[in-house]
Parts: sequence; structure tokens; C-alpha cells
Amino acid sequence: MTAVETGSTGEEIAGGDVLAVAREQVLERGEGLTQEQVLAVLQLPTERLGEALALAHEVRMRWCGPEVEVEGIVSLKTGGCPEDCHFCSQSGLFDSPVRAAWLDTDRLVEAAKQTAKTGATEFCIVAAVRGPDAKLMEQVRAGIAAIRAEVDINVACSLGMLTQAQVDELAAMGVHRYNHNLETARSHFPEVVTTHSWEERWETLRMVRAAGMEVCCGGIVGMGETLEQRAEFAVQLAELEPDEVPLNFLIPNPGTPFAHLEVPQGADALMTVAAFRLALPRTVLRFAGGRELTLGDLGAEQGMLGGVNAIIVGNYLTNLGRPAEQDLDMLETLKMPIKALNDTL
Amino acid sequence: MEPAGDAAERPFCAWCGGARAEGDHASCDRRLATVDPPRHCPRCARRMIVQVDPMGWTARCSRHGESTGASGFA
Repeated sequence: MTAVETGSTGEEIAGGDVLAVAREQVLERGEGLTQEQVLAVLQLPTERLGEALALAHEVRMRWCGPEVEVEGIVSLKTGGCPEDCHFCSQSGLFDSPVRAAWLDTDRLVEAAKQTAKTGATEFCIVAAVRGPDAKLMEQVRAGIAAIRAEVDINVACSLGMLTQAQVDELAAMGVHRYNHNLETARSHFPEVVTTHSWEERWETLRMVRAAGMEVCCGGIVGMGETLEQRAEFAVQLAELEPDEVPLNFLIPNPGTPFAHLEVPQGADALMTVAAFRLALPRTVLRFAGGRELTLGDLGAEQGMLGGVNAIIVGNYLTNLGRPAEQDLDMLETLKMPIKALNDTL
Repeated sequence: MEPAGDAAERPFCAWCGGARAEGDHASCDRRLATVDPPRHCPRCARRMIVQVDPMGWTARCSRHGESTGASGFA
């Protein structure tokens, strides 16, 4: 696998050296970059990528520490979703090869056990739905109870948009963190999803936070957004103050409206990693899906040394990841300790 | 390259479902080697029900039964 190249030329930064400003503002004071500043980082010439990543790594080490949070995820209910998220192979509205499937409780518990064996502290149960119905809530309830009886791991959920009653139910079940991605900038969202709004997602996140669950909210890079919209998204996430931001890179899936889009370029993706860390100095910033195609092995290492402090190990929902051992070996090589469970409580 | 016998028994692309003897499936094979489990049965091209879990995948063809595998890059 080749390293991401860092030698192309680029334009000058308007209004001064944004990395010098970031060093004082973000590294020293812990204040995230503004939208204009994030955009300036995203527009840095490629030859300054190494400098941006190094600063983002310093910020991560200063405000988050050296530990890396490891997580595993599994799809409890796959496919057949009524929503039209244009990146998603699980929408029932597209001619995707992904067929509907349900995971039974025994296999859910086994997946949690496999995840815990990697040293992971988080296990996220995901369902491809607009929001959970009574059947799904009951399955989640049974699944969480079974996991808690057998596996020592924090349980997170990602079940789409919630009602207040469902938020309260999940909190009562002991769900540690709830994932609901805003996916992209508010201004770009209508180009990505038409069956629900960005504001509806925001409302779920607001209720999750108010109920005392940790908020996990990120998105996907490379869905046709401009750099301005990518900067807008970073500061909208910062406004939300999520506990965790998972960063995905688009995997163009057959049958979806985004099947024709290119896989994001590695240098572009890494500059985005650095910019998001500089916008969110204290947040858990997680490598999620798509890094295998966009960054390869060495690019993933560059990201871990460029602001990322969490990873999803193993497979994703419908896509495969690297074998978990490869990522664990990478962390050992980089001398980055895995966050322990008792550090998360 | 697949063994000759294996190719004869698996005439279809597990990624796109097309006939392997027709067209170029190099990009399909790259996806299967990195980020995708098989979605079509390589013996009959039927779409399979696939469950991905953290360490592997299970694919079930209504005619040819179940197959399993590990993560990508394996």
C-alpha cells in the first residue's frame, strides 16, 4: 500500500497563516477553529499537509491524551430502510444488492464478545430504519440485557430518529452512547437525503443529550460537498458539542445515487481529519468506514498521527474493514495505548 | 487467478452478479478483496442474504446454502 503523497502545490492562505493561529488558539487555549479558519485549513496547499497533521496530533495529545478508544459495530437490522440517504446501500428505495437481514440475540452477543476481545470499550448496535418500532425496541432491549449479562463493554445504539419516549427507554436500558450522524453540512443535506430533514436529526441529538446519554455524531466526507460546506459541517458539529465524531469516507455503493462518485483522495481526506481535529479539540474523533479505500494502511497511520484518537475495528455494517489485529498492531507500533473500560465510566 | 476447476463451478461474479466470462471484473475483485462481502452467489448469481459481523460475514443463497468468510484483506 502506498503512502499518501504530500508534494503537490497549492494556493496561499488568505488572512495569514492559519496554522500559526491554530497553534495559539486551539493548542494553547483549547478553542476550536471558526468556520472561516477551518476552510483555510482545508484550502492549505498539499505540501503543508504534514504540518497540519502534526499540529492536529499535538492538539489531540494535549486535550484528549494518548489513549485510543476502540469500538466494534454490528448491524442488527440490515437493509429495507424506507429512507433515501443517497450514500446508503441499505435503502429499500434503491436497486442495491443488499438484502434485508435480522441478527438474532445469540449472534448479537457473540459479536459483542468478539469486539470485547479486541480490547474495545464500545459496542454499537445499529439498525437501518427511519426510527425504531416496537419490535425493534424489544429486540434491542433483549439484546442489551443479554450482552450486559455476558460481556463487559459499553453498549451504544444507532437506531435512527427517536421519540422522547424512546430516548427515555434507551437511557433506562443503560445505553451509554447514541449515534445519529448529521452526515453533512446543513446546506448540503437536501442533496443527500430527501425523506427527512437535518433538523429532525438535530432534534433527536438534542433529546439524547438531555437524557444523559453520550452523543455520537459525525458524517461522511466525499458526498459532493464543497470545501466551504465541509468547513460548515465541522463548525456545526462543534456547536453540537458531541462526545464523539465518527468520520467516514464515501464508499460508492452500487445501486445508490452516489454510486458514480469517486472515492475521496487520500490527501484531501487527511487534511479533513486535521481540520476537524482543529475544530473539535476535545472530541473523540473516530476513523470509521471508508478509510480502507481512501487511505490504505499507511494513510490510516498518518491519520492516527494527525488528530484521530478512536477507531472502529473489524467490519462495519455492510462493508468489511481490515482484520482487527492489523489495527491493534498499528496502535502498538505507534505506541498508542487502548483506552480501558474503567476510563470511560 | 482462480483455479480452473473453481472457475467452472463459480461462473458468476460475487460482487456484480455478472458472468465472469463476460467483461472485466478486476474492479469487482478489488472491492471483494477490500471492503465488500459477496452479494451474489458465484454459482447461480442470485442475490444472497448477507450478515456482516465484526469479524466476518455469512452469506446465504436460497439455492446453494450458506458460506462464511473473514474480514477484507484476509
